[in-house]
Amino acid sequence: MRIIFKTSYLQDIKLLKHNGYIFWYGVLLLAILLAPAVLDEFYIGEMAFIFIYAIAGLGLMIPVGFTGLPSLGHAAFMAIGAYANAYFLNKGVPLLFSIFLAGLISFGVGALITIPLRRMTGIYFAIASLAFAIVVEEIIAHWKSVTEGLGGMSVDYPVLFGFELDSTWHFYFLCLAILLAVLYCTINLVRSPSGRAFIAIRDSEISAESMGINLSIYKIKSFAISGCFTGLAGALFAHRLSYLTPDAFNFLLSIQLLMMVVVGGLGTVHGAIFGAIFVGLLPQIIAIAKDYLPPAIGQFPGLEPGLFGIIMVLFIIFEPMGLYGRWVKFKLFFEMFPLYRKATFKRQKTYLKTERVQ
Amino acid sequence: MEFLQVLITGLGQGCLYGLIALGFVLIYKATEIVNFAQGDLLMLGAFFAVTYIGILDLPYWLGFLLTIISMAVFGYMLDMVVIRSMIGKSPFSIIILTISIGFILRAVAGGIWGSDILSLETPYSGEMADIAGMVIGQDYLVVIAGTIVLSVILFLFFKFSSLGIAMQAASQNQLAAYYMGIPVKSVFSLIWAISALVAAVAGTLMAPISLVSPQMGFIGIKAFAAAVIGGFGSLPGALIGGLIIGSSEQLAGTYLPTGFQEITAYLIMFLVLTLRPRGLFAQIQQKKV
Repeated sequence: MRIIFKTSYLQDIKLLKHNGYIFWYGVLLLAILLAPAVLDEFYIGEMAFIFIYAIAGLGLMIPVGFTGLPSLGHAAFMAIGAYANAYFLNKGVPLLFSIFLAGLISFGVGALITIPLRRMTGIYFAIASLAFAIVVEEIIAHWKSVTEGLGGMSVDYPVLFGFELDSTWHFYFLCLAILLAVLYCTINLVRSPSGRAFIAIRDSEISAESMGINLSIYKIKSFAISGCFTGLAGALFAHRLSYLTPDAFNFLLSIQLLMMVVVGGLGTVHGAIFGAIFVGLLPQIIAIAKDYLPPAIGQFPGLEPGLFGIIMVLFIIFEPMGLYGRWVKFKLFFEMFPLYRKATFKRQKTYLKTERVQ
Repeated sequence: MEFLQVLITGLGQGCLYGLIALGFVLIYKATEIVNFAQGDLLMLGAFFAVTYIGILDLPYWLGFLLTIISMAVFGYMLDMVVIRSMIGKSPFSIIILTISIGFILRAVAGGIWGSDILSLETPYSGEMADIAGMVIGQDYLVVIAGTIVLSVILFLFFKFSSLGIAMQAASQNQLAAYYMGIPVKSVFSLIWAISALVAAVAGTLMAPISLVSPQMGFIGIKAFAAAVIGGFGSLPGALIGGLIIGSSEQLAGTYLPTGFQEITAYLIMFLVLTLRPRGLFAQIQQKKV
C-alpha cells in the first residue's frame, strides 16, 4: 500500500497524486501518440470514433453523473453540433473556427433549454429532455434552408490551415487534441467550486439550496457546458458520418450515450472514457459474436438495441458503479490485500419516500 | 362539423394516451418508479391479442380476456423478478433499468413475431358510425367507450374493494401498510399486474387503429407527456392529460402547418411545466429534510 507523504500544500491539488500515476499515464499517452505508426488504418478510425464518443460521454457525464440531471435527449446536442459544423463549413468558414462555433451554438442551446427546465427534478427533467430531443429532431427535419431536411447534407473533408485532413491519422490527432482539451476542462471543472456545487445539487437539492447554492444558475451552467462538449463531439461526428440525416441522431443514440455513462461508471471522469471504449467496441464485438450465435438469434433485426438493454440491465443490477467501479474495487483488493472487504462499497437503500431527500 | 369530428378523433386518440399514462401513474403512485417500458407493454399486449385472435383464431372476447390475463401475469412476473430487487436504489438507476427493459421487450417481440406488420380483426373495425351527421370510425368510439368502462371499473376497485384500499394504503405510506399486515411486496407486484392489464387493454383497442409492430411502443413517449401534464401523482389527471394531448394533436394536424402535429404534445408539456411545474392536478407533498 502506497502512503503519500505530503510536503507542500500544492500537492493537494496536483492532478496526478504520485509517480505511479505519472508513469502509467505517460505510457498510455505515448502509446496513443504512437498508435498511428503501428496499427492498421481501420483501427485508427475506430479509435478516433472512440475519442468522439469519449468527448460526448464527458459532455453527458456532467449533468447526469455530477449534477443529477438525467438527460435522455443528448443526441439533440450532437445533432446541433453536427449540423452547425456542416453548415459553417459549407459557407467556407475555416475548420477550427467552425468546430468552435458549433460548440458555442450548442452551449447557447443548452443554456436556453435549461431555463424552462430548471425547476424540474429527476423524472420530470428526464421526460422533458426527451421531449426536447424530439422537438430538435423535428426542427432539423423541417428547417430545410439550413439543414436540407430529410434529404440529408453532405460534409466535406476537414481542411486545417489549408492542409487537407484526408487521411485517417490526421482526423485521429484532431479528435485526440479536442478530447485532451475537454478532459482537462472536465477534470478542472469537477475540482472547482462550480463542480462542488454540481455535486451538492446531485446529492440533495434542498440541502444545496440551504447552503446558498443558486440552483437555477448552476443547473443552467451544467447543462450549457454539457451541451458545448457534446456539440463538439457532434461536430467531429459529422466528419465521420460525412452525410448527415436527422435519423442518425435518434433516441437510440441518446440511449447509447446514456449507456456509455452508466456502464462506464456514473459520477467519475474515468467512467466516461471506459464507457466510450465499451460502446465503441460493442458493435465490433456483436459483429464477431453473430458468427457464433445460431442464426435464429443472430439475424434479429432488433438485436443491437436488445443487447444494449440486456447489458444495461445486468450492469444496473449487479455492478451499479460501472466498469470504473469494478476497476477501483480490483485495485483496492490488491492495495489492501489481504484486508479487502466487499462492504467497503455497500450503499444504503432508502425505502421510505420521506427519507429520500431528492 | 369538421371541428367536432376532428375533436372526437382526438378524444379517441387521447383515450389511448390516457390509458398508457394511467399505467405509468399507477406504478409511480405506489413505488415512485417510472416505468419507461409502459409503451412496450402496450405493444406486447397488442401482439398477444393478435396471436390469440388472429393467429389462433379464437373468438374476440375470449382472446381479449386471455390477452389481459397473460399481460397481468407478465406484469406481475416482471416486477417480482426484476424490479423488486431495485426498490430503494437511486431513481436514476431505475429509469435506466426500465428503459433497458423496453429495449429488450422490443427486441424479443421483433424476434418472436418478426418485423412484419400485423393487423387485428375485430367485430367492430372497419365500419363508420353516423352520429348526428358526423362520420366517425367505430374503432375510435370503441376506444372511448372502453376507456370509460375501464376507468369506472378501476375507480370502483380502488374505492370499494379491500385490495384496492390496501393498494392505496401501500402507496401512501409503506411502513404503515406493513404495520397493518398488508403484504406490501405482493401488493406492488399486483399494481404492476394491473398496470400491465391497462396497457394490454390499450394495446388491444389500439391494434385495429394503427399497425401492430414492435415500434408501436413509441406512443409511450407521448403518453409520458400526458402523465406529466396531469401531474404524476393523479390518476384522473393522467386521463385528462391524455385527452388534452390527443385532441390538441388532431386539431394541430388539421389547422396548423405540417410538422406541428408531431411536436404539439411536447410543446403543451413544456407550457404546462413552465406554468405549473408539478402538472395540472399536482398532489403537493411535504418532504422531511
